[in-house]
Amino acid sequence: MNSEVKDTRKFLVTPSPHLKAPFNVKMVMYIVVIALLPALGGAIHFFGLYSLWLVLISVASAVLTEFFANLAFKRPLDSCLDGSAVITGMLLAYNLPPSVPLWMPAVGSAFAIIIVKALFGGLGHNFLNPALAGRAFLMASWPDKMTSGWILREGLGTTSGIQVDAFSGATPLAVVQKLKDVADPNLAETTRSALNDPSMLKSLFFGNVGGVLGETSALLLLIPALVLIAIRVIDWRIPLAYIGTVALGTLAAWLFKATPVTPIFHFLSGGLMLGALFMATDYTTTPMTPLGLWIFGIGCGVLTVLIRLWGGYPEGVSYSILLMNVATPLIDRYTRPKILGESAAKKEKK
Amino acid sequence: MITFRGGIHTPEFKELAEEKPIEIMPAPKHVVIPLSQHTGAPAKPIVNVGDEVKAGTLIAEPVGMISAPVHSSIAGKVKAIEPWVHPVLPVPTKSIIIEAGEEDELDPEIKPRSDNEIEELKPDDIREIIRNAGIVGLGGAAFPTSVKVTPPKDAKIDTLIINGAECEPFLTADDRLMREKPEGIINGARILAKVLGLERAFIAIEHNKPEAIRIVTETAQSVWPSAEVLTVRTKYPQGAEKQLISAILKREVPAGGLPFMVGVVVQNAGTAYAVWEAVAKRKPLYERVVTVTGPGIAEPKNLLVRIGTLAADVIEHCGGLRPSASKFISGGPMMGIAQASLEVPVIKGTSGMLFLDGSKSLFKVREESSCIRCGHCVGICPMKLVPAEIARMAEYEKLEDAEKWGILDCMECGACAFVCPAGRRLVQWIKYGKTLIFAERSRKKGRK
Repeated sequence: MNSEVKDTRKFLVTPSPHLKAPFNVKMVMYIVVIALLPALGGAIHFFGLYSLWLVLISVASAVLTEFFANLAFKRPLDSCLDGSAVITGMLLAYNLPPSVPLWMPAVGSAFAIIIVKALFGGLGHNFLNPALAGRAFLMASWPDKMTSGWILREGLGTTSGIQVDAFSGATPLAVVQKLKDVADPNLAETTRSALNDPSMLKSLFFGNVGGVLGETSALLLLIPALVLIAIRVIDWRIPLAYIGTVALGTLAAWLFKATPVTPIFHFLSGGLMLGALFMATDYTTTPMTPLGLWIFGIGCGVLTVLIRLWGGYPEGVSYSILLMNVATPLIDRYTRPKILGESAAKKEKK
Repeated sequence: MITFRGGIHTPEFKELAEEKPIEIMPAPKHVVIPLSQHTGAPAKPIVNVGDEVKAGTLIAEPVGMISAPVHSSIAGKVKAIEPWVHPVLPVPTKSIIIEAGEEDELDPEIKPRSDNEIEELKPDDIREIIRNAGIVGLGGAAFPTSVKVTPPKDAKIDTLIINGAECEPFLTADDRLMREKPEGIINGARILAKVLGLERAFIAIEHNKPEAIRIVTETAQSVWPSAEVLTVRTKYPQGAEKQLISAILKREVPAGGLPFMVGVVVQNAGTAYAVWEAVAKRKPLYERVVTVTGPGIAEPKNLLVRIGTLAADVIEHCGGLRPSASKFISGGPMMGIAQASLEVPVIKGTSGMLFLDGSKSLFKVREESSCIRCGHCVGICPMKLVPAEIARMAEYEKLEDAEKWGILDCMECGACAFVCPAGRRLVQWIKYGKTLIFAERSRKKGRK
């Protein structure tokens, strides 16, 4: 039968669904980049314009390295601009002390992109957070440069009289760690009260303390992260589980006198905010299942508390996250959610 | 407002057709009626080339229990019985081609029953009527309705849900039917309840259809007050059977199981209407309401179309295609099937004909990039699966793992692929995996 079909155009045939949310990886990545900008402003404010150079060089190195890696691995070249390398570069720089030489972020970012990301298959295939792995690499290679050079305006190192390093000051958590070794009970007591003084907590909250570039101000990280959670770019479970576990763990430690500072101090100090809000929420290296997200967050929290209270480093956020990154495939495998009707089906069988 | 866990909010696009009253499309010059329009065995032709038929004449018989008869939708002559492109099946399937005669006559069997006759019908009589009328689920899955209302003897059915959720974007056929024929739907619900031995029924409607909710609620008061209208939240896929049951009754249908296992029967609103027409008018299912819509069609419409009408004829009746139209979907945009040809017929399960263009980024086909493991698909999956993981297992043909992770529980609603920022073809991979699993199973069966 010849029906009189006039229209002879060809139609596009694709599998369903035929609607697609106009939302892509690039948009997600650049939203995170924007959310990281307030902390950059904070870094420039507290540590000077040099911070900006560190971040720019780090980002440029990450993007360029990705470009050449794409060239070498025959991947689409433009993926270096998808925003993920920008985030890696920013986060790596945020994890550096404010007066490291300019070549360090360049080297760190290149390592993060080539070794951690490109060699494992590029975006979505790395098993470690590239920025944190880059930081660990720098830490292992140039430990002196990575643990000094904290610039302080009203440094704790001077007010408490403790000389932690030969440099101008120390991070608050480094002071906490060194407090264990102070022999003079009077000095220990003054330091302790200085650390727990409300003005200290205020500094931690607003950022006027020693630390790596991006971690000093809890406020400048918290507000954009809350926005990301509200628009569902990041999931709330890991940050809540992570920060909650640290709060509970350090509260117990405070009550049992295992730490000289309050949970609020722990909550606000060091890389906890940066880590819990922006690095433990990295998509690729964290679980996908709801239970897995809780386990990941709690695991990070437990490890952070252990390292901070009894470990060799004053700070434990980055290694905690790296350790949990490695556990992620395992967590995902053992936390498959119950399918709708799965329990009912099991009952049916019995 | 009641709903299920998970799901997505998509733009609705209902405004294109929701205010268009159902229009009766005149019988076309020819129809192509596939023998396979339902879940189950294809029907067997009982007419020969050259036979005269009328609208509503039985032309093919069911084969076996899960099957449905097929009726002519126009009066005319059987011109051929041969394979023809099918909107759902991947290969041309045997169809009865009928050319219209001079006059559009109804089969003489089609005459109303009196109220008394209707009241005297026993449940088994009604089942027989439903089966002989060729009624199948009109929501899209096209499962034979007579089978659905004949649950196993030991199943205790306590709830009938009439599904007027119509959660697919663009589609408005059920909405219009509920507004224009509320009595038929409610009476259909009453009949279905009687078959199941129930005293009442729920009619679930998404809250984006306030007019339908108002009209059906009002009509129920005079026609059958035991029909209770429930407003469910507008969310995709609210109209999926298991999700609707979860929203209304908080019951979980066992994985791999059917609603009767939790005492529920769900029937689409259009199906309830078809049941009423079969009972009250002795009218077999030879026409249905189809939403013809989308930015690619000149005049979006809700049309009462004879089964077997070719898409090309429907388009002509709707003012033709716009030059921009680039995609033709039989069904809704989320679960509908893209068509290559305008020669495909309307079948019993055709709820919509959608014509898309490239005018919105929502309609565009995107490049697929690597999964970034963001987990959005996990959060919204209405079956609580991990679509990214299952799709990857299917892609790498790790079929045992895929089965363990519930690939067969996926209903392919497409919510995961809708939200995926990497543009992963999650549903396609899952369909691929299922196909391999079923192929493997039938291979094993064959060996035994």
